[in-house]
Amino acid sequence: MTARGAHEHHEVMELTYHDLPGLMTRMTGDEKHAPSATSTLDVLWVLYDRILHVTPSTVDDPDRDRFLLSKGHGPAAYYAVLAAKGYLPEPWLDDFGGISSRLGYHPDHKLIPGVEISSGSLGHGLPLGVGMVHGLRAQGRTSSRVFVLIGDAELDEGTNHEAIAYAGAIGLANLTAIVVDNQSSSHGWPGGVASRFDVNGWSTSTVDGRDHDQIAEALSRRPADRPHLVVAVVEPKDS
Amino acid sequence: MTDMRTAFAETAEDIVANDPLAAVVLADISTAMFEDAMLSFSDRLINVGIRESLMISVGGGLALTGMHPIMHSYAPFLIERAFEQIKLDLGHQDAAAVLVSIGASYDVPEAGRTHHGPGDVALIDTVPGFTVHVPGHASEVPTLLRDAVGRPHSSYIRLSEAINTVRLPVSSRLTVVRRGRGALVVAVGPMLDPVLDATEGMDVTVAYATTVRPFDSAGVRSLAATDTVVVVEPYLAGTSIRPIDEALADRPHRTLGLGVARTEVRRYGTAADHSRLYWLDRAGIRASLDRFLNRFLDRPPAYLESVGG
Repeated sequence: MTARGAHEHHEVMELTYHDLPGLMTRMTGDEKHAPSATSTLDVLWVLYDRILHVTPSTVDDPDRDRFLLSKGHGPAAYYAVLAAKGYLPEPWLDDFGGISSRLGYHPDHKLIPGVEISSGSLGHGLPLGVGMVHGLRAQGRTSSRVFVLIGDAELDEGTNHEAIAYAGAIGLANLTAIVVDNQSSSHGWPGGVASRFDVNGWSTSTVDGRDHDQIAEALSRRPADRPHLVVAVVEPKDS
Repeated sequence: MTDMRTAFAETAEDIVANDPLAAVVLADISTAMFEDAMLSFSDRLINVGIRESLMISVGGGLALTGMHPIMHSYAPFLIERAFEQIKLDLGHQDAAAVLVSIGASYDVPEAGRTHHGPGDVALIDTVPGFTVHVPGHASEVPTLLRDAVGRPHSSYIRLSEAINTVRLPVSSRLTVVRRGRGALVVAVGPMLDPVLDATEGMDVTVAYATTVRPFDSAGVRSLAATDTVVVVEPYLAGTSIRPIDEALADRPHRTLGLGVARTEVRRYGTAADHSRLYWLDRAGIRASLDRFLNRFLDRPPAYLESVGG
């Protein structure tokens, strides 16, 4: 199966933020969605609605912005946003996780148009994003930005800290990490998530992860000499 | 004579100079060999520090933007430490890269187990689509590396200090070095010298393999005249028995895999010491062949009796 061109087979009719819960219900069958599936909803919507320079017709454009969902579990919000924005046909949502479905419990970039990486195992997105920024820079594609969404619990994985230290040390511009913080890390981050990035030379913004204007403003920041972090704080996972 | 590591560094530098999509990602190992290139091609000669997992993932990210990355370190750090990165950030992402290791199974015996990588090829063999090359001579390294860079799938090139005196042209197939009427003995990479020594005077066919994944099944089928195959590999014993077995699945056959044993040998010393301990020197290979081919399974082979073994 190839993901390429799948968007050509259906009429693109853009939906709004208010359509997302209905789209998610088509996947889960539930009226209420798991926090891990919805903690990312607002950030994802703002990214695709206001920030990312990519459309369903430019998913193969080498100069597109890249969005990497590193925290691949609970992808219903991601799929709902992709469907709302016309990257994938809505009927795909109805067979979430089925044997013939392109939409698994973790996304596979070989199966879904517009998905940049296959994720599921935690701690892979940010290091891959560092490599992507290097690759784009080496090809002179300095207009492209790379955004990587990770969870505050995912930040436990040591590979993130290899990437944070390295990207900060070399001042890797065009890389934006987004940590959706629902305070689900078992041992927490004393001093705050942002302090881990700040000490390594990143610029950081901490915002209300449900406030679209705040999220958009923070994601619009693009320092020329260093990577950027946006911490989107949402309600605690078990609240 | 140039060693494999130098041949690798010189070739990689030349590839980076001529292929604007080629990049080298290092984790502090061998950075001194790339000092000049790092100044000339700073965007594509990347040293991430002592972070092997990051090194592999950065290579994966480079490949996802269309680049041709080469990653390099000691075998255990390159393959074993960052194995999930290889499996997912290269394999599962369908991101092609070239991994080049040094250190082999016991090139630095004084350093102990932490620097030994006998399990590398067996481990890489669990990731779909990898081509695996085990050169036996530094002269093979430039060709193998140039062919691997830009391939649509990933490759692993396993360099070693050990180098054969025999220098053969690079082939993806088995190269017949000596013809006989008996068993087929396949020598992988730097095992050719000791295998030629050990089989002196024996009526066997000796073939040389530099590419072990995919293994040359057609070559095995045509050369295994007596349906008896021995493969001598410089890494974990038996690693290539599976593809040989599959190649001969339609006919009764016998196979023997010689290589580094699945034991924890807490010894330092020299590489020659370790080859002796693992029965991978001339005498050890000869003893194993005698036992297997002459079916002296119930008593020690003649060689061992003569030395009181």
